[in-house]
Amino acid sequence: MSERYVLRSSAIASRLLGGEMMVMSATDSTFFTLNEVATTIWQAADGHTPLSEIVTKSVCRAFEVEPETALQDAQSFIDKLSGHGILLVSDQPLELQPAGSPEAA
Amino acid sequence: MSLTQNMNRRALALGVPWACHLDITYRCNERCVHCYLEHDDLGEMTTAEIKDVLDQLAQAGTLFLTLSGGEIFMRRDFFEILEYARRLLFNVRLKTNGVMIRQPEAERLLRLGVEQIQISVYSHRAEVHDAITKLPGSLRRTINAIQFLKSQGLNIILANVLMTANRHDHAGVRALARELGVTYSLDPTITPKIDGDRSILNLRVSGSELNQLFREDDLVGDAEQYCAPPPPPGEDEMQALPCHAGHTTIYISPYGDVFPCVQFPLPSGNVRRQKFIDIWQNSSALKDVRSIRVKDLPVCSTCSHAGTCSRCPGLAYMEGNMRGPSTTDCEKSYQRTGIPSANMLRMGRTDSSGAFVQIQPLAILN
Ligand code: SF4
Ligand code: SF4
Repeated sequence: MSERYVLRSSAIASRLLGGEMMVMSATDSTFFTLNEVATTIWQAADGHTPLSEIVTKSVCRAFEVEPETALQDAQSFIDKLSGHGILLVSDQPLELQPAGSPEAA
Repeated sequence: MSLTQNMNRRALALGVPWACHLDITYRCNERCVHCYLEHDDLGEMTTAEIKDVLDQLAQAGTLFLTLSGGEIFMRRDFFEILEYARRLLFNVRLKTNGVMIRQPEAERLLRLGVEQIQISVYSHRAEVHDAITKLPGSLRRTINAIQFLKSQGLNIILANVLMTANRHDHAGVRALARELGVTYSLDPTITPKIDGDRSILNLRVSGSELNQLFREDDLVGDAEQYCAPPPPPGEDEMQALPCHAGHTTIYISPYGDVFPCVQFPLPSGNVRRQKFIDIWQNSSALKDVRSIRVKDLPVCSTCSHAGTCSRCPGLAYMEGNMRGPSTTDCEKSYQRTGIPSANMLRMGRTDSSGAFVQIQPLAILN
């Protein structure tokens, strides 16, 4: 499978509440709570680090899970959030565009 | 329980100021007849001060941020503030009259990921709307703004405050909202001025008009159910919080004053003198607010409406006692159900003729 890159959308709001990440889409006002594994991926979703690297370096190390299992879980998590426009996914690195900057148009 | 309710409950249990209403200015380009504010700039927080407050709120765990005023676009640094708030990943909602919003502003609001924009419209008729705002041409400009925002796909709420001057127009405004494809909300609440002047309360619609409004399915859902007699309040209702103000929500004025809610001006601290988190955790005023349960309200705890009343502790505070009844809500409960409130009964009244006044129970006066 080709490499995937993930980036947090600029149209979201999020905050840690009692150790759990709350994420809300400004586009359709949907809410998600992310578990610890998902939060780790979410925080590392900078558009540059390949997903496989996020999984092996951040997820597997922190949670002691096998890379294949972790990658499968990560893929389904990413598909769900990208469906709501909360994560952007590409097979090329993605540029973080500061919210409100002219380039973000 | 929905995810939102679950989060609110967790925020409450953790003592997190989950939502903040921040007024960035009291200046305004309109002069609405019912407005409770003093519009002169008495020393607003600077851009740097507001950014610092936003940093502190994010640190304290606030997710929901309402930016309001006055008119938010009167601040030249409005977009700088908004951009900063979005970088801190707040969920941002705006309240505005819209008259300074054109296509470029609408596009920028979309790019910034604003979740919701509430815009005030008083009438579908320019002569009525503009007479309330005292700004000629304001209805036209506000409708244009809504169209610009809507064309960007932004989520708009058209807020219709009801008062004597526009009491016949809510159906027209509702039709306008439908035509524009935006959500409609109606609010008949007029509050005293921030300086305590109560003269604008004369603008409130009458009890019989409220009575009619509460019987419109279009406004209240199932009117029969909405107006049904309240079930007797039980132990859960007695243990309930009066509202979320000061528990999970907070208000900050353009001058840095902290209150439990925009409609609850109980001085609780000032972010120019103290860190926000110190105020949130240690203010004796906020601790007092947090100690109150419905069972502690001397009059309301004896009222058959206690479990269903929309009683606002802020309005009660403005009438003299935050533990007392809010007579506006007594009137609403009575007009909704036809059942006199405990406050009315203590005044020896069983109908709503004449003005309502807050009964000061002996327990409070002592
Ligand atoms: S009930 Fe009154 S004080 Fe409480 S949140 Fe609502 S407006 Fe504010
Ligand atoms: S109706 Fe009046 S007395 Fe009864 S709970 Fe509401 S505010 Fe209190």
